[in-house]
Amino acid sequence: MEHIRMPKVENVRLLDRLSSRRAVVGTLYLTATHVIFVENGSETRKETWVLHSQISSIEKQATTATGCPLLIRCKNFQVIHLVIPQERDCHDVYISLIRLARPVKYEELYCFSFNPKLDKEEREQGWKLVDLNEEYNRMGVPNNYWQISDVNRDYGVCDSYPTEVYVPKSATAHIIVGSSKFRSRRRFPALSYYCKGNNASICRSSQPLSGFSARCLEDEQMLQAIRKANPGSDFIYVVDTRPKLNAMANRAAGKGYENEDNYSNIKFQFIGIENIHVMRNSLQKMLEVCELKSPSMSDFLWGLENSGWLKHIKAIMDAGIFIAKAVAEEGVSVLVHCSDGWDRTAQVCSVASLLLDPYYRTLKGFMVLIEKDWVSFGHKFNHRYGNLDGDPKEISPVIDQFIECVWQLMEQFPCAFEFNERFLIHIQHHIYSCQFGNFLCNSQKERRELKIKERTYSLWAHLWKNRADYLNPLYRSDHSQTQGTLHPQIAPCNFLYKFWSGMYNRFEKGLHPRQSVTDYLMAVKEETQQLEEELEVLQERLANLQKSQSGNNKVKSKQQDRSKQFGLYTSNNSLANTPQEYSSDLKSFPSRSPSQGDEDSALILTQDNLKSSDPDLSANSDQESGVEDLSCRSPSGGGCLPSEDSGKDSDEAVFLAG
Amino acid sequence: LLRSSQPLTGPNRRRSREDEQLLGTVLAEGERGFVLDTRSAQAAKQARISGGGTEHKSAYPGWRRLHRALDRGRVLQDSFCRLVELCSDPAVTMERWLGRLDGSRWLSHVKAALSTACLAAQCLDREGCTVLVHGAEGTDTTLLVTALAQLILDPACRTLQGFQGLLEREWIQAGHPFQLRCARSASSHARGKQEAPVFLLFLDCVWQLSRQFPLSLEFGEQLLLTLFDNAYASAYGTFLCNNERERSLCKVKESTHSLWAWLDQPEEKHKYLNPLYSHNPLVIWPSVEPQSIQLWQGFFLRWIRPSQHLEEAWGQIRSLVQGS
Repeated sequence: MEHIRMPKVENVRLLDRLSSRRAVVGTLYLTATHVIFVENGSETRKETWVLHSQISSIEKQATTATGCPLLIRCKNFQVIHLVIPQERDCHDVYISLIRLARPVKYEELYCFSFNPKLDKEEREQGWKLVDLNEEYNRMGVPNNYWQISDVNRDYGVCDSYPTEVYVPKSATAHIIVGSSKFRSRRRFPALSYYCKGNNASICRSSQPLSGFSARCLEDEQMLQAIRKANPGSDFIYVVDTRPKLNAMANRAAGKGYENEDNYSNIKFQFIGIENIHVMRNSLQKMLEVCELKSPSMSDFLWGLENSGWLKHIKAIMDAGIFIAKAVAEEGVSVLVHCSDGWDRTAQVCSVASLLLDPYYRTLKGFMVLIEKDWVSFGHKFNHRYGNLDGDPKEISPVIDQFIECVWQLMEQFPCAFEFNERFLIHIQHHIYSCQFGNFLCNSQKERRELKIKERTYSLWAHLWKNRADYLNPLYRSDHSQTQGTLHPQIAPCNFLYKFWSGMYNRFEKGLHPRQSVTDYLMAVKEETQQLEEELEVLQERLANLQKSQSGNNKVKSKQQDRSKQFGLYTSNNSLANTPQEYSSDLKSFPSRSPSQGDEDSALILTQDNLKSSDPDLSANSDQESGVEDLSCRSPSGGGCLPSEDSGKDSDEAVFLAG
Repeated sequence: LLRSSQPLTGPNRRRSREDEQLLGTVLAEGERGFVLDTRSAQAAKQARISGGGTEHKSAYPGWRRLHRALDRGRVLQDSFCRLVELCSDPAVTMERWLGRLDGSRWLSHVKAALSTACLAAQCLDREGCTVLVHGAEGTDTTLLVTALAQLILDPACRTLQGFQGLLEREWIQAGHPFQLRCARSASSHARGKQEAPVFLLFLDCVWQLSRQFPLSLEFGEQLLLTLFDNAYASAYGTFLCNNERERSLCKVKESTHSLWAWLDQPEEKHKYLNPLYSHNPLVIWPSVEPQSIQLWQGFFLRWIRPSQHLEEAWGQIRSLVQGS
């Protein structure tokens, strides 16, 4: 609290990007963990809560006649545009936020004070939900070809690796240690994915410290061991996910890549994915496009192209496809690395695994995948996503890109995933929110030292508890799409990569399809299920009545009461959707009184559900406009029509902006 | 919502008492109206030289003129051809795809058409004003705007029946010159002067609406594709000729079958229905931000994009909605 110069400011205006007319006036509060804006309107008192961890940057703009503008940009792509009347107050808020958004100690983070009111055992159970040993067993290891090695049990060999790694049977501790000395950051080749069907595997490591001509017997033996662990193939692929030029440049620094001459039976392959700096800039450019006011189609398309973002997504996907093909179709094992083996390597291994194994496309399986390839293998969450104040050059949207690859795949294969878009968005949100302890620090070692599992809660448990919100109604485990390997089209395929407005324009509800097919189908599914249950009960009743003549059985049908609750999507939740500004050069008509503002260009999180529920469950539930209450499908049909559009005409005629 | 063609004011600023009277009576006492001209102010002014023009403020009190330039004719046809070429070009890299997509300008045309229709709808619904739409001839962009505006405003137009009625009224009977506009295809080497994919632009805009409001149209993408096909080449007489007069002269109604009759058969109809449809009595306001307007892949990449997975998804949707 000592960093807060100004805990409360009144008469602050919150602006909306799409319509400058929809400014709302309210009070701004700064707490130890959040920035909160509360609207003044007597009816709604809508609140916008932003965790300090989410704040990516704060920009103070030149004071204008209306006040001093302050832009808060968040890591979950929310942009909050405030106008504070007094410049002095604005400055105080600015300084406070700068400090609050850049914690220096882990203890300052929200996860250490977050209290979902679970007891110690529940907390522990939550952490046990995802068990990697179980996962490796499911894959089929250890077996004749693969074993667990505890050579890293005290993090003595590699401090960014987990204590337990899976290595080929013929890889002795001596070989592992020797190989680790020849790899950047000591990240020796270890198993990421094992394909039971043909013994092919995906292994991961960092770049070899080969320079121009250095060799290491143990490292060469390690690769041989990987090859031998797959008797079905006489060679392995070594995939370097860096552009060739970069990899070559690394040689000058004593690092580099594997020379096919030195390593027996490898086929070396570059699949160029750019580095974290390029990706950071790419995202930055794309976000600038998103912030344009009234962009034309050209502004948008050219801006998107110039950012190169989709090109990078495609590059990651192509690498994953190559590896999945090698494993599934050729039955050849692959060793993947980049420079340090914790960014591009993680992306590519997890995309490949997702393509190969339908388990990772289930809700639980996806959590396991992230836990395996990102958390356990030492992806540097703290550095990349700025848990603590650090080097801005380390920040990069690495896992965001992976998550987007998953979304792109979901769009191409609508039936193949058990989870929906909202699941991905919430995961991304929480990677940055630091509300849970899963994504803190840079390695398993650091997390254990901080005793994360005893002091914080697991996101996985939280998501699992709410899994009903994250299901994809089109998923059927017995469907052709959900079984076996996914084969995305390789060419032509440029058009398959779409801009993910659900993520990058997440808080601009006006941009998205107003009706959620997912939510609608989930409601239909639920209704069908309940009707079926009701049918069963009624059939039972009938049977009972037929059995006993007295007919005194009064089986209460609980279902009947619940049927009233079908209306998850009544239009009461949302305003009839309002027109945006279609034209900006007309003179004003006498307009209606300003509305409360269109819903949800900002995050809603009321005090009550702050602690228990995920931030934007409410925000997602009112995506629809005017969808009829499902419970009214029967007989009358007329009783519960949503209110007429004109009834909500308190929204101003925005198209007539002067 | 009214539509017409341009007033023939000409270089001498001619006036017509009857025309002024007509528009005068449309407005109630003290009411204001909008004339939505689908040409730019410049183009409308220049039209006077060749005998056309615009409604002068003093001659039509109560009416205010708005200009929203919508491209048609050659410009639209070229745009369409460029896009078709892009979609079938196997050598396009990811680096160039979006730039070339923009270069075709097709999506810009979609955005402009939707924005203008929304503007008309807004005048009607939000301001309660009468709107008169016209371009030059009143047979192309005019119809585009009036038909789209009705879809936005009127839930009846969003039913399968209602949509057919809309097409009959606002395109066929209103005299959109189908025969001239849809004479050849985008891949044809010959470029007729009168060819233009205005109707396709309309269908694309309808598709955009269905994407943004997936529950609110009773028909699906398949109908739109079928309509496109039939506008160019059809076993039915519905889209023949250029106007009702020609159809009468050619005895279309006596000598051919109607597309609607065929579509309405129960065994055909189900293919065109949207399983997600749920009557929505409200006005549907689409977003015309660039992020919200997407390439109609089902049409432009119809033969290129793998459709199997999407078809499976629709099958799944149908079975969910119709109850297992």
